[in-house]
Amino acid sequence: MDWTALGLSLQLAGWTVIALLPVAVFGGRFLAYRSFGAKGLIETLVMLPLVLPPTVLGYYLLVAFGRNSPLGAFWQEMFGQPLAFSFPGLVLASIIFNLPFAIQPAQRGFEAVPIAVREAAQCCGMSPLRSLWQVELPLAWPGLMTAMVLAFAHTLGEFGIVLMVGGSIPGRTRTIAIAIYDRVQAFDNSAAATMSAVLVAISLVTIAATYWLSARVGRRLG
Amino acid sequence: MAVWALVRKVFGALGLAATLGLSALAAVAQDEPPIVAAAADLRYALSAIAAAFQAETGLGVTLNFGSTGDFARQIREGAPFQIFMAADESYVAALYRDGFTRDGGDLYAEGRIVVMVPQGSALAADENLDNLAAMLATGTLTRFAIANPEHAPYGLRAREALIHRGLWDALQPMLVLGENVGQAAQFALSGNAEGGIIALSLALAPEVGARGDFALIPADWHGPLLQRMVLLRHAGPEAEAFYAYIRSPAARAIMARYGFVLPGG
Repeated sequence: MDWTALGLSLQLAGWTVIALLPVAVFGGRFLAYRSFGAKGLIETLVMLPLVLPPTVLGYYLLVAFGRNSPLGAFWQEMFGQPLAFSFPGLVLASIIFNLPFAIQPAQRGFEAVPIAVREAAQCCGMSPLRSLWQVELPLAWPGLMTAMVLAFAHTLGEFGIVLMVGGSIPGRTRTIAIAIYDRVQAFDNSAAATMSAVLVAISLVTIAATYWLSARVGRRLG
Repeated sequence: MAVWALVRKVFGALGLAATLGLSALAAVAQDEPPIVAAAADLRYALSAIAAAFQAETGLGVTLNFGSTGDFARQIREGAPFQIFMAADESYVAALYRDGFTRDGGDLYAEGRIVVMVPQGSALAADENLDNLAAMLATGTLTRFAIANPEHAPYGLRAREALIHRGLWDALQPMLVLGENVGQAAQFALSGNAEGGIIALSLALAPEVGARGDFALIPADWHGPLLQRMVLLRHAGPEAEAFYAYIRSPAARAIMARYGFVLPGG
């Protein structure tokens, strides 16, 4: 059992969720309430990482993180180390490939807030932020929680992009999914079996949590 | 509303955890052991050497095993390795030429390839690959594993040996390609293939050797696996110490035990 890899996976998932929470709240809310010409295009782009092969996204991210790209060069200049094969690079990649998992359920959550309730909040003189915090979030949170749980679980399980962008460096970018792959190559089947069982358990809890949350959303609507 | 109060607390805790996590991450990044990018054929030999090095000096190294070609590409893209141990010296020469290494490096071993079959395989391991040729002729071979010749030196040498024996073209439909020679060994011995061509250094490791039989392929059937290592530009004193240790008599004895032919001896 590679505890370092599990810790790294949990850290990566934690950072991803922390970074995606505001994106989910404001992005999901924006898409839920507004209707504009390019909305379909934005929704399509947000969903794109869901259907793209991980190798395609991994390839583009590797190019974007490389020393010859503006982003890679900027990062190297700022922090003195490359973005590719680093933990911050993994977090950035993770944020991007989790966008659909974060924004979609959040959008559904905000769509469940009746427009009459929002207008009432507005009429009472609430500022948009106060309305968000005291009226909308208490109603939309199951969608947001689903988004965060899915993003967390998906980060633990992602393999292809993490391998391409991170390079399987022990203690830095070797997440538990990649540690399993490495243990299989090393004929260490017992470690691979233990780690796989841990991931199965985490995934089961995640799915159970998601169903429980979506059942709550259903009850609210009904 | 009680649940919402709980959720608010959770979000607050997340923010706190983020702050703590950031400072912990910054602290960890300070003194990590140097990372060695090593060809996959070194998995067991180099692990034994690193353990001996740690016992002797108290210093640790982090070992990362993979295909030589992959590592060379990652080094060009800025991977934080301090030592590169290639299975083929041409990759080190190219990195040196382009300014990624401290110097031209040192030859540390010459590798050999073997044909290895899992227990209970219909294929028997013999050094002239006669049994492989016979199974190909009768159409009874289903799968045969080698490392990817495009970026794994052991795969390249396996291909050369198969071409030399005149089996390469007939073998095409049955080939499964491992990302590196370690994965090729896993493919060859998982029970889903009749066998494969892997590194002698892997076959001599108990973890692998217990899984089947192997036979050494004649060295003049393929180009030499001249394995060269090199310190990368940002190597620190600990990496230098480990690099020197690999060339010490103690480490050379371990390398010899895993079937490597050693330079200058």
